[in-house]
Amino acid sequence: MPKHFSEAVWVALLAGLLTVPILGIQIQVEGINVSLIGSPLPVLLAMAAVFVARLLQAPLKAVSGLAHIIQRLPRPVHWSKAYRPILLGLVIVAAVIWPFTASRGSVDIATLALIYVMLGLGLNVVVGFAGLLDLGYVAFYAVGAYGYALLSMHLGLSFWECLPLCVIMAAITGCLLGFPVLRLRGDYLAIVTLGFGEIIRLLLNNLDDLTGGPDGIGNIPKPTLFGLEFARRPSTEGGTTFHQFFGLDYSGADTIIFLYLVALAMTLLILYVINRLIRMPVGRAWEALREDEIACRSLGLNPTTIKLSAFGFGASTAGFAGAFFAARQGFINPESFTFIESAIVLAIVVLGGMGSQIGVILAAVALTALPEVARQFAEYRMLIFGLVLVLMMIWRPQGLLPATRPRLELPARAEALR
Amino acid sequence: MLEFFQQIINGLTLGSIYALIAIGYTMVYGIIGMINFAHGEIYMISAYIGLLTITALTVQFGVEAVPLILLLTLTISILVTSAYGWAIERVAYRPLRGSPRLIPLISAIGMSIFLQNYVQIGQGARDLSMQPLISGGWRFGPAEGFQVYLSYMQVLIAVVTVVFMTALTLFIARSRLGRACRACSQDLTMTNLLGIDTNRVISLTFLLGAALAAVAGVLVSLYIGKINPFIGFEAGIKAFTAAVLGGIGSIPGAMLGGIILGLSESFASAYLRTEYKDVVAFSLLVLVLLFRPTGLLGKPEIEKV
Repeated sequence: MPKHFSEAVWVALLAGLLTVPILGIQIQVEGINVSLIGSPLPVLLAMAAVFVARLLQAPLKAVSGLAHIIQRLPRPVHWSKAYRPILLGLVIVAAVIWPFTASRGSVDIATLALIYVMLGLGLNVVVGFAGLLDLGYVAFYAVGAYGYALLSMHLGLSFWECLPLCVIMAAITGCLLGFPVLRLRGDYLAIVTLGFGEIIRLLLNNLDDLTGGPDGIGNIPKPTLFGLEFARRPSTEGGTTFHQFFGLDYSGADTIIFLYLVALAMTLLILYVINRLIRMPVGRAWEALREDEIACRSLGLNPTTIKLSAFGFGASTAGFAGAFFAARQGFINPESFTFIESAIVLAIVVLGGMGSQIGVILAAVALTALPEVARQFAEYRMLIFGLVLVLMMIWRPQGLLPATRPRLELPARAEALR
Repeated sequence: MLEFFQQIINGLTLGSIYALIAIGYTMVYGIIGMINFAHGEIYMISAYIGLLTITALTVQFGVEAVPLILLLTLTISILVTSAYGWAIERVAYRPLRGSPRLIPLISAIGMSIFLQNYVQIGQGARDLSMQPLISGGWRFGPAEGFQVYLSYMQVLIAVVTVVFMTALTLFIARSRLGRACRACSQDLTMTNLLGIDTNRVISLTFLLGAALAAVAGVLVSLYIGKINPFIGFEAGIKAFTAAVLGGIGSIPGAMLGGIILGLSESFASAYLRTEYKDVVAFSLLVLVLLFRPTGLLGKPEIEKV
């Protein structure tokens, strides 16, 4: 322990040296007088945090080792498989009933969480299944959102007409970008997609005539239920609104619940499609390619086409979510499509466990709900977020709920069969 | 024609900065094959340290000799920033040695987000600005009409960059540690087998990269005089573009790439719209990766089974 202790002291001293110029000294400007003020408290706090972290490093390692052992224990596989459809059904029913009992605010946050679930599921196909690191995912989200906003503004199309168009547009954008880029190695791909994401954002910001520039586009219509609007009065002459049609009193909560249900339906649709796809040859090929590209090539699979299909599918999911996002917000501008948004979606996939859909869903819900709960720490939100990404990579690169793959193994002892 | 020369001067200034940052990317990539996404943040931190040191020296201690201020600022900024580079490698990358490629990259993204917000908490998100330390310059050309303007600051940037680049080149080519660096970039495992402490060499690489980024940061805070916690992201991407353009892993390549990128950006903002200079830079990155992934001076990488 003394060794750990003296090490921790040294590390804390180094941390103090590093943090003094950034946390400890601030420039104060009063009129033309510039002066420096020192604030020792943050530096001492940082030193203390580093000291404790360093002291706890060894015990923490033992704990994570324990978790590893627990994970390797055999699981009651048969139990979970038999009850899975029932469990899934219960969860869906609960998710449908819940908004009618919850407060408006929480339903609204849940809708936002569902958008992130959609994005996470889409990116999970690209990063988790196909192993392609996409840092510009938000670009396709932007294509979907702007696609819906522009189509409804210029052509007057409704949300449901635009949704498939947005998906197609995002998929085409994905393929156009992916086709030349996917020949590159993994980390180059990451940077090119990052550059592409920035290009899209810069274009949205500067093509003032088309996108409204930094001011964005407002008054985007909300989705309708078979042509029934959710509003106090119909927006068009002779239209009917939801509450008039059913003879109810107007309530603002209806819109929010309806949006939530639409998001839920869209999420379930995406989940269904992905779960079908990963059992098809193309889905199998995604995972095979991630594991070993050279082996895939020698078995006659075309890596470019397979990567392109994953990339295009991921892009179309983002477009799908983007169209809904535009409809929910009613207003979009380029600020919603910055790199940090891509990083959050990536973090959802990484935290949940690459390739694990249930993990991605839980991570998306956690990452959207936690900031709402811990509002007083809003300032530190991104700081902690970055730190968590680093620590996860060190301790649990496979994510919190790593994907369990269906696999067949020979029994350990052949005698067991006799 | 004169405007053309002006753009060349501006482009070379910008390019020197990019080249200094790009070397950090290229050296790290050359040795451990990872993109140090947090490198742009290191540059941003050095700009803050530079600005704070200059303010401390001029306001608090009343130092007036400009060369002394420059020398002290560069020294302090290089020392603290290289400590940052070293610490980041130690905390975020060393435990991940030997894991799949994407793992350290994600860790680096986390580190980058962390550092950006850490500076934002410590120093505030707003722009910090300062009085120019060195002002004035030379004008060339006819008294009426367009004059080419070459400021003293631009000359200083060029001179400092050339000095540090030469020092680095000599260090890599002549010194024992430089030789160890070159050996590591050829074959890390083999170098280790031959009795060289590769972990030390890797630390040194991060240290050197951070030191050059510190030079760039100080020069920028002097040249532009306005910094905020978000300058690292953009500069990082651009410098990475420069490194890829010149051929990642090659130090002369990073210098060349930086200059080319600086020039093309400067011409883009002069002859197209200013807002499109970033688009031009990123498009250049995409195009280079498509048509010559190894860059101008890079060697092709052979994929081993």
